[in-house]
Amino acid sequence: MIPGPFTYHRPASIEEAVGLLVSLGEESRPLAGGQSLIPMMKLRMATPEHLVDLGGVAGLKGIDVEPGGIRIGAAVTQAQVIGSALIADRLPILRDAALQIADPQVRTRGTIGGNVANGDPGNDMPAVMQCLGASYVLAGPSGERSVAARDFYLGPYFTLLEPGELLVAVRIPLPSAGHGQAYEKLKRKIGDYATAAAAVILSATAGRIATASIALTNVAPTPLLAEEAARLVVGTSLDAATLKAASAAAKAIADPAADGRGTAEYRREMAGVMVARALVKAFGRVKGA
Amino acid sequence: MNDMTPTRAEREARLEGMGCKRKRVEDVRFTQGKGNYVDDIKLPGMLHGDFVRSQFGHARIKKIDASKALALPGVLAVITAEELKPLGLHWMPTLAGDVQAVLADGKVCFQNQEIAFVVAENRYITDDALQLIEVEYEELPVIVDPFKSMAPDAPVLRPDLDGKTTGAHGARKHHNHIFEWSVGDKAATDEAFAQAEITVNHLISYHRTHPSPLETCQAIASFDKVKGELTVYGTFQAPHVIRTVASLLSKIPEHKIHVVSPDIGGGFGNKVGAYSGYICAIVASIVTGRPVKWVEDRMENLSTTSFARDYHMTAELAATRDGRVTGLRVHVLADHGAFDACADPSKWPAGFFNIVTGSYDFPVAHLSVDGVYTNKAPGGVAYRCSFRVTEAAYCIERSMDILAQKLGMDPADLRMKNFIRREQFPYQSALGWEYDSGDYHLALQKAMDTVGYRQLRAEQAAKREAFKRGETRDLMGIGVSFFTEIVGAGPSKNCDILGVAMFDSAEIRIHPTGSIIARMGSKSQGQGHETTWAQIIATELGIPADDIMIEEGNTDTAPYGLGTYGSRSTPVAGAAIAMAARKIKNKAQMIAAHLLEVSEYDLEWDIDGFRVKGNPERAKTMKEIAWAAYNAPPPGLEPGLEAVNYYDPPNMTYPFGAYICVMDIDVDTGVAKIRRFYALDDCGTRINPMIIEGQVHGGLTEAFAIAMGQEIKYDEIGNVMGASFMDFFLPTAVETPHWETDFTVTPSPHHPIGAKGVGESPNVGGVPAFSNAVNDAFGFLGSTHIQMPHDAWRLWEAARRLGV
Repeated sequence: MIPGPFTYHRPASIEEAVGLLVSLGEESRPLAGGQSLIPMMKLRMATPEHLVDLGGVAGLKGIDVEPGGIRIGAAVTQAQVIGSALIADRLPILRDAALQIADPQVRTRGTIGGNVANGDPGNDMPAVMQCLGASYVLAGPSGERSVAARDFYLGPYFTLLEPGELLVAVRIPLPSAGHGQAYEKLKRKIGDYATAAAAVILSATAGRIATASIALTNVAPTPLLAEEAARLVVGTSLDAATLKAASAAAKAIADPAADGRGTAEYRREMAGVMVARALVKAFGRVKGA
Repeated sequence: MNDMTPTRAEREARLEGMGCKRKRVEDVRFTQGKGNYVDDIKLPGMLHGDFVRSQFGHARIKKIDASKALALPGVLAVITAEELKPLGLHWMPTLAGDVQAVLADGKVCFQNQEIAFVVAENRYITDDALQLIEVEYEELPVIVDPFKSMAPDAPVLRPDLDGKTTGAHGARKHHNHIFEWSVGDKAATDEAFAQAEITVNHLISYHRTHPSPLETCQAIASFDKVKGELTVYGTFQAPHVIRTVASLLSKIPEHKIHVVSPDIGGGFGNKVGAYSGYICAIVASIVTGRPVKWVEDRMENLSTTSFARDYHMTAELAATRDGRVTGLRVHVLADHGAFDACADPSKWPAGFFNIVTGSYDFPVAHLSVDGVYTNKAPGGVAYRCSFRVTEAAYCIERSMDILAQKLGMDPADLRMKNFIRREQFPYQSALGWEYDSGDYHLALQKAMDTVGYRQLRAEQAAKREAFKRGETRDLMGIGVSFFTEIVGAGPSKNCDILGVAMFDSAEIRIHPTGSIIARMGSKSQGQGHETTWAQIIATELGIPADDIMIEEGNTDTAPYGLGTYGSRSTPVAGAAIAMAARKIKNKAQMIAAHLLEVSEYDLEWDIDGFRVKGNPERAKTMKEIAWAAYNAPPPGLEPGLEAVNYYDPPNMTYPFGAYICVMDIDVDTGVAKIRRFYALDDCGTRINPMIIEGQVHGGLTEAFAIAMGQEIKYDEIGNVMGASFMDFFLPTAVETPHWETDFTVTPSPHHPIGAKGVGESPNVGGVPAFSNAVNDAFGFLGSTHIQMPHDAWRLWEAARRLGV
């Protein structure tokens, strides 16, 4: 439980951090909250030669309103997300999800940027970001680019992030008032990743669902946007048959591995159960429908 | 008397003696981070050692190349079996009469087995060096399932035992067989089954788990070449035994070995045995001439040093149609892993498993146990229980429920009908124990009345109907468990460790000013001995507990004792304390008589001193007597006021309790919610009710963990799965249910203060309560027994199997 040797770098700006990552190459890793990377290093499952600590980098903090949405700096911690009145008011799903991540100690250090950039299918925020239609701001040697969360994930720990690129912010379009949001996570205990989890955002008019977005956590090598399940609920008032169909559609795209949380079959079934429960909860939270 | 004279109640209260909810004195340092644990100790020039461990569950070692590691600056030594061989230390005896490889001798028999010990200047270099050691393996076929262990063509797991048809416990009937143990009247039991109106027969498995104390196993060895003396600091539940074993193995005379157990962060059985890390640290210190520290990490702890349970019990009950039990027949297949390293203090290879008749008046019973080797970590240990008592309690308590279900009787009523009655104590059990005291009917009735048992059953009946109508997806389960424990190992006729009898000891010394230092052979790992031992002395000797210092764990100063595990401290060391105190009291009475110029027989004890019968104004307090003991003793009487007692208990003690668990299971996810848990414990005389409550809370939390998911699991090729706190279920405050505690008091008739011990009761009684609740929830759907652990996915699978 002792990491291998590494060189520690502490840049002050995004440009400097990107410069270091580019010049140090593949043996360098950016360090944010360290809640994934440090344990991996202690197990020597990750042995970077250079750690580029983002703790001193300006411009990665802050939750700001911008036209059409909000921008969350990559170094904003889960605890700061939980404490934000703006998020509690407009994006309660983010707060719900953050409260389900690990434990208070981890949430105090763990960051939004690290959670979404690491590509760990067990992380909760990637599915939430897909559900919200968020995009990631990536800074690289040739400037910034924006990538949709729905396109970002390619496989476990494998994303569109290029070597030398740094995820610096998450941009989230704000759902209009009255949307119902819910994140349902089945886990064995505090600190655990999801056995299965589902994020749902929907709007309704006259008692019927007008728009819906559903995404799944930890039931496949990447987060999954459950488009068919979402399509099935639109236009309905979420009757039992619809819930069952939406669950079935979600289960159909789930491809979980067997692990200590259960068999693959159980985890797939739980994806369906979580979708149904998140749908019911989100529908119940729709205001003024 | 005037107004300033304290009342008797005030004098009594000032002592903070037995029965007082005295706050734990050790917590003053623990809650401030001022405890002194092994890893807090840093000796000058100290080196750090760590193990290269096996990747495989079963493999021949073709080559170990340590040259790159030895070339790394800061590395002082790499020790393998080859280096230990000339010292005769490459194998060590286990506490169960087997031998265990200290470092793999040509082959590995379980994953993470110790292969080489690397010693370097600091932990960083040690870990770097570990990566540089190259081990060449040739994989061998693996057995992880004990039911496959004795197949005719099963691979030979222990070639060192090849051709040995006899083991430490008699004949071996297969090359992977360790022992067979049987007890009870087989013919009479078979006859009872032949005549039985009703029988049940079930395989009840108790899965492999681990005690997982927060502090892992650790040691620092420091060998002084000039003096020829060895000092070992370690996480030892039984420091004196470790000293004896170290002396036998190293040939260093026992008086030149100093073993110190400083503060220990939980043991639960994990820290009873002798582990390779201790031996290697000692050898490394002798080789390098410098102190060597060895500290396990979490994965090493969960996957190597001790496991618990892995007992597969086929239980048969015979009964009459109206629900009277007439016979019990149990066979156990016991998985001991790669080496039989059971930390078993009894004379029998399955410990006290023959308490399996439980709280019931079985006229006849028969038990047989087969122990086998597999490619899993060696052990096992008694995880917060006397040896194999938890398994036995689970076996009988599950079986009684299965019988109740077949009879269509309420499980509480079936228990009531078959309990050993109060007037039957002392009670001779069919499997050979003499239960000391109990009032089982009173305890279960109190439990049932308190929780409103009949109302709960009515609610459950209504819920089941609602479930059948599709109005709810929750199943309600009510688990009843009534356990009888057997603790206080133990009488020398029943118990020993490597030939050392299982007495315990206390030495009490009163200083001239009337304060006390007392030392015991026990060793607290969180039990609060510094608090409770002082309370016993306070009541016995009339000295306030705050004026009494308790010291344990240093073999140079403490009297020889067998340590703390299996709830033995109060039954054995607690008795030694009372007996030593009474020796002092006898002498004090002689001194008081001299001071008061009366005959000893004219004196009577009165809270904190002696007074003259019929003339209570004439009295001497213990403080006054203490001063006189040193400075003005009666002529001819030796000065001083101290005593030692070694206590060999005449019998075990038999704490008992009634637990009731109410849970709701969501069949769609398999998630179980504990709605209510009520625990009534009868541990005889209660020394500190607050500490008892704490013990019960802790033990119930462990029982909850074990029953509901805590497991050490292997895949079919011998990989240990989930040996980290991500997968291994250690409940936090969030998962832990609320506990309601209660008690009755039935003192032990043979114990000086009537105390029976309580530490392990909640683990022993708790597991069947949870499991019975789960099984009770599913029972009406046609299920009779669902194996533990009852984690969500398994309960979901059970629900699906039952078609819901």
